[in-house]
Parts: sequence; structure tokens; C-alpha cells
Amino acid sequence: MYWNSFSDFLAMGNHGVYVWGSVGVTALLMLLEPILLIQGRKSLIARLRRQFRAEKSDRSADRGTSSNTRSGN
Amino acid sequence: MNNRLINWFKYASPQSFYPIAGKMIPWFWALAAVFGVAGLYIGFGVAPTDAQQGEGYRIIFLHVPAAWMSMFIYLVMAFWAALGLAFNTRLSGMMASALAPTGAVFAFLALWTGALWGKPMWGAWWVWDARLTSELILLFLYIGFIALQSAIDDPRRADKAGAILALVGVVNIPIIYFSVKWWNTLHQGSSVSLTKSPSMAMTMLWGMLLCALAFWMYSIAVALMRARSIMLERERHTEWVRALLTDKE
Repeated sequence: MYWNSFSDFLAMGNHGVYVWGSVGVTALLMLLEPILLIQGRKSLIARLRRQFRAEKSDRSADRGTSSNTRSGN
Repeated sequence: MNNRLINWFKYASPQSFYPIAGKMIPWFWALAAVFGVAGLYIGFGVAPTDAQQGEGYRIIFLHVPAAWMSMFIYLVMAFWAALGLAFNTRLSGMMASALAPTGAVFAFLALWTGALWGKPMWGAWWVWDARLTSELILLFLYIGFIALQSAIDDPRRADKAGAILALVGVVNIPIIYFSVKWWNTLHQGSSVSLTKSPSMAMTMLWGMLLCALAFWMYSIAVALMRARSIMLERERHTEWVRALLTDKE
């Protein structure tokens, strides 16, 4: 290991703000992007499932009633 | 048509690509983690201090991979866009759209880490220098591509318009890459090039290459994840999406 102490490591030879500012924002964005993707995917799948269920119940409701009269909504 | 051509197009259909991508994503995440841990360990734990720049140079382990990826993702995006224009395949436009946000993230990170590197070394967060300005244009190209696509409701037309923008913007990539040679700039020349041996210590080089590999694997994983969502969204009227989402209940 190159560093003498943990505080040396944090100080980065007086460039700590710049180095850790780079590391922090990079880490933040590279965590945020997949998290947002996973959330977006979950809500998309939930929305599509709702839509498919609604269409299915529409179709079975159609079959239940006579061909001429459709219950209005 | 011969058989090879037919098989090739078979995998270009979202229906067959979707499950393959799903199986590949965890592997790319695993590789990204392994390369990332190794690269950061070497870059921040093993690599010696730089004679001129002290410890501040360690930003290189994030800055250079981010800048490389921002340019490379653009080339891949333009490649898919061109393929979509030429063959009118559905998958091409989806892949181009899936890559753009990740490319924009890396272009931003290249600029951000560059600013944080420039301040201690040059005394300025930003200068209107050829390398910096052309990288900023790259970020605007990504944002323009995303904005243009989201402004057009019909996905196929959005693909075409985006593809033309992406292809016109390709001219910017060699400008970024060669800017440090063509113009006098504050930005240092490339530390690693294809034509000559690298001008940096071996441990530094290894740290940087491992981080670059990690960013590669990350980009592929994230782009495939986004592509899968785009596939579901755009193909929601097809039987395969309906079967996929209703069978599991």
C-alpha cells in the first residue's frame, strides 16, 4: 500500500477536494443511473401489466354480453 | 437470401434479443465490479505519486476512462443509427436511444473531473480551449439527440431524425481526439496512444486501463438494461411482450 496513514489518503497531498469531488460525483452518477433504470423498468412493467389486464377484462366483458348491446362506460 | 443472412437478422429482432440481453446483464455488472475494484485499488492504493502533479493527478483514473467512453459510445451510437437508416431494423434505433443517456453521463463526467483537475493544475476550472470546447459540444450533441427523439411521438420517425443528427455529429469525434495535436491547447497530449509507447509509469497505466475496462462493462450493462425497457415500451402492442408480462402472474 502506498499511503502512510488514512488521513494522508484523504488529504491527497492537499488536492483532496478535487480528487474526492471527482470520485464522489462519478460514483453518484454511476449509482444513480442503474437505480433510475431499475425503477423505471419496474413502473413500466406494472403499467403494461395493468393495461393488459384491463384489455383482457374488456374482452371477456364483451363476450359476456350479447353481440348487439355493449355496456357503456 | 442465403441462410446466414436470415440468421443474422433473427438476432436483430427485439423478441430474440430481449432474453439474451437479460442473461448477459449480470455478467457485465460482475465484470464491471471486478475491473472497477482492481483499477481503483491500483489507482488509489498502489500507483506512485506524480513527479509534477503530486496526488492531484489521480483524477486521471476517472477522467480518461470517462472521456474515452463518452467518445466511444458516440461512435457506437452513430453506428447503430447508420444501421437503422440502412436496413430499417427496429433494434438499431432502440440501441442508439439506449446508449445516448449513458454517453451524456460520461461526457458530463469527463468535463466535471476535468474541471476539478484543471483548477489545481492550471488555476482555472474552465478555459475555451479546443479539447474542452469540443468535449462540451459532444455533451450538447448527446442532449440534442435525446431532446430531438423525445420531441417526436412516432418512434420510427424519432429514430430517423436522431440517426441523422448522430451521423452529422460524428465529425466532432476526430476533432476531440486530435484537438491536442491540431491546436495549441492547455490540455496535455494523450498519455496513451496507438502509435507510441505510453508516457506513464506501468502501475498508472494499469490502473487507468482497468478503470477504462470497468467503465466499458458498466456502459454495456446499463445500455442493455435501458434497451430492454425501450423494447418493452415500444413493442407493447406485440404478442411476445403480452405473453412475457401476462404469463408470470
